[in-house]
Amino acid sequence: MRRPSVLRLLSSALSLLALTGCWSRESPVQAGNRTQILHRSLGADVAELDPHVATGLPELNVVSTLFEGLVAEDPQDLHPVPGVAERWDISADGLTYTFLLRTNARWSNGEPVTARDFLASFRRVLTPSFGADYADMLHVVQGAEAYHRGQMADFAQVGFAAPEDRTLIITLEHPMPHFLSLLSHPVWFPVHLPTLEKSGPSAQRGGSWTRPESFVGNGPFNLREWRPGKTIVVEKSPHYWDAAHVRLQAIYFHPADSVEAEERAFRAGQLHITEALPVSKVDTYRRDQPGVLRISPFLDTYFYRLNVTRPFLNDRLVRRALSRAIDRTALVEKVTRGGQQPAHSFTPPNTAGYELPAGLADDSAAARELLAAAGYPGGRGLPAFDLLINSSGNHRVIAEAVQEMWRRELGVTARLVNMEQKTLLSLRRTRDYQILRSDWAGDYLDPAAFLGIFTSGSGNNHTGWASADYDALIYEAARTPDTAARHALLRRAETILLAEVPIIPVFHYTTVRLVHPAVRGWHDNPLDHHPYKQVWLEP
Amino acid sequence: MFRFVLRRLLEMIPVLWVIVTATFFMIRFVPGGPFTAEKAVTPEVLRNLEAHYGLDRPLSRQYLDYLGNLLHGNLGPSFKYANRTVNEIIADKLPVSLELGLLSLAVALSLGLTLGILAAIRRNTGIDYLCSSVSMTGICVPTFVLGPLLVLVFAIHLGWVNASGWYGPADRVLPCLTLGCVYAAYIARLTRGGMLEVLGQDFIRTARAKGASETRVVLRHALRGGLLPVVSFLGPAIAGILTGSFVIETIFQIPGLGREFVNSAFNRDYTLVLGTVILYAALIVVLNLVVDVVQVWLNPKLKFE
Repeated sequence: MRRPSVLRLLSSALSLLALTGCWSRESPVQAGNRTQILHRSLGADVAELDPHVATGLPELNVVSTLFEGLVAEDPQDLHPVPGVAERWDISADGLTYTFLLRTNARWSNGEPVTARDFLASFRRVLTPSFGADYADMLHVVQGAEAYHRGQMADFAQVGFAAPEDRTLIITLEHPMPHFLSLLSHPVWFPVHLPTLEKSGPSAQRGGSWTRPESFVGNGPFNLREWRPGKTIVVEKSPHYWDAAHVRLQAIYFHPADSVEAEERAFRAGQLHITEALPVSKVDTYRRDQPGVLRISPFLDTYFYRLNVTRPFLNDRLVRRALSRAIDRTALVEKVTRGGQQPAHSFTPPNTAGYELPAGLADDSAAARELLAAAGYPGGRGLPAFDLLINSSGNHRVIAEAVQEMWRRELGVTARLVNMEQKTLLSLRRTRDYQILRSDWAGDYLDPAAFLGIFTSGSGNNHTGWASADYDALIYEAARTPDTAARHALLRRAETILLAEVPIIPVFHYTTVRLVHPAVRGWHDNPLDHHPYKQVWLEP
Repeated sequence: MFRFVLRRLLEMIPVLWVIVTATFFMIRFVPGGPFTAEKAVTPEVLRNLEAHYGLDRPLSRQYLDYLGNLLHGNLGPSFKYANRTVNEIIADKLPVSLELGLLSLAVALSLGLTLGILAAIRRNTGIDYLCSSVSMTGICVPTFVLGPLLVLVFAIHLGWVNASGWYGPADRVLPCLTLGCVYAAYIARLTRGGMLEVLGQDFIRTARAKGASETRVVLRHALRGGLLPVVSFLGPAIAGILTGSFVIETIFQIPGLGREFVNSAFNRDYTLVLGTVILYAALIVVLNLVVDVVQVWLNPKLKFE
């Protein structure tokens, strides 16, 4: 204990110096509390603020302050609440949605937001050459998929209509009970086409319209400053229809690609909210400052993909043995230590009231029996295999723990292969792997956001696993309007997935971050969405 | 001297061409691409994206296009930052890295030279041992230890400066001190060695015999020769400060080019990788030239040839 005491002595000597020198400085957080300016860290730097192009979480955070879709999210449980649309009617067959837009919805240049703006924005997203990453979220609309794939040239045939300035009608291909919660995703946000067209064709990436000098949005905040790598400043928009209820005057978003630096900035009074917290600090904060530590379930599952086309992994018994031999409780308590939930299903708990199927329980004795039944008693005769992980975060320590569990319980040898993320992803694409670390975050609060990726035609499957029964259940569920019946179908599909084990779910993520006590109206929720119009500061 | 500089500048062209060509093809052969992501984009979207950036054309054609644009000073659009060009990113971030580098260099030189000269003229005394230990410590303590330590004391406990960021002049202090200290340590040791060697030579005795004051002997006669090893060190050191600022930029969250240089490779942002590599290569070649010129100027035994 010698070193810490020397350090403490040094810092207390310097603190004394500071006190006697009367060197007091108002920190950005103190100043922000006084003036309603929120400082939040973003994690990585923002690549793009065009809502139809942006994909990452940092981007979504900023974009959600600058634009507003037809519906918005309730800050507590994220259920759809009126946004630009003040109300809507759903036809009895669940196919036609008629939205009535507010008369006082305005762009940040003062012009009214009309149904035609939405129409033009949806057309932009679906333009094939535009290449919007999330365009397939619109495929549920009648004719949208055909238009997006270039099989149909007439946009008037797509199920969007704007008979009047204030009326927008969307016709779906099939009923979708969770359709409204899709609408708060940025790909559904309107953009101001006249502004876009000033800097070139509207359906083209890389236009300069998202820069502060030319930016036009319709959200509660407006873009004031965007200095890459430094800060993005958004300020309260006077034209926003609900400006009277927006209490923050501005938000400073700080990109931070080092969690350690983030934590130091929080302690130095530069940040109200961090994006994450180093694992090594979690216990310290739990003990010393539990009031600022926020741990909350996140709609994201950590799992291993198994290549079911490879010898011996094509044996379902081997796959089941590997899954059951993992002691997930020990893993989250001893290794990840951030309140993660052991995962026995692919869909995380608390996903829109969906009841999880039981899945395979951790049971090393059962795992040994399964392996013996597959013809490899005690792991004899089973060749060593590769477990691919990407070299960041704590993937390596997690994999080491799993490797040891497999060795101890089953007598099988896994070799850990560490590689850079994009190299790993390109091996995943060519399916040139045996076992590969992955995770999947849901874009909206619904089990379909998870289960949809393991259909045989999905571009995100990558395991080589295909089941006609599974595909049929997912297809049927998508066309079932009744929520309970739909969930029952999805549960049957997930039961197949979990029994077949093309994936080994490991744990469900949590968000672990520091939030200053002055921050109010900030609610933990599984999508980590925080409607900033309802956030304020109260020291 | 003019011809020497001109010749060296002309030699730069083939060197840079080789670097551009090697980098262009090497980054293309790395697995994965700019649009590879955990959530795969659909094949149609991928095709459209590649068409938009001209990645669907034959590689040889793309290479020639790139060289053509390069001759016009156009480094192309960035893949990751869709609404920015590589030229803009460099124009935005290079000044930050330069400021960080130059200020750190100033810290390194003023601290390193003072310590080195003091140690040399008070050879084998307490002062020498103190200076040498300080510089040895500086060499041994890596920036990722020194940086957070300084932050802990001056930003978190004392609250004098910010822990990270690059907003006001006060934010320059800790990063420049951290980066400068490491180089100061090397400079101190090199200065001490160089000075000791020169101080033992005949012309120093002559200067003393002619009655020159000790200050004049040290600063005027000895320092010039004593600096030679420091100057040869400075060429690679400046390049190292500029290109190696990645760690400092990450610890202090500085929006400099060092982070882009490293991250662009992870992002497979082909054009940004090329842009930063070309820039740094040109910088290193030019800095080596400057060092050569300064060495001839300092050392009468060398000539331009």
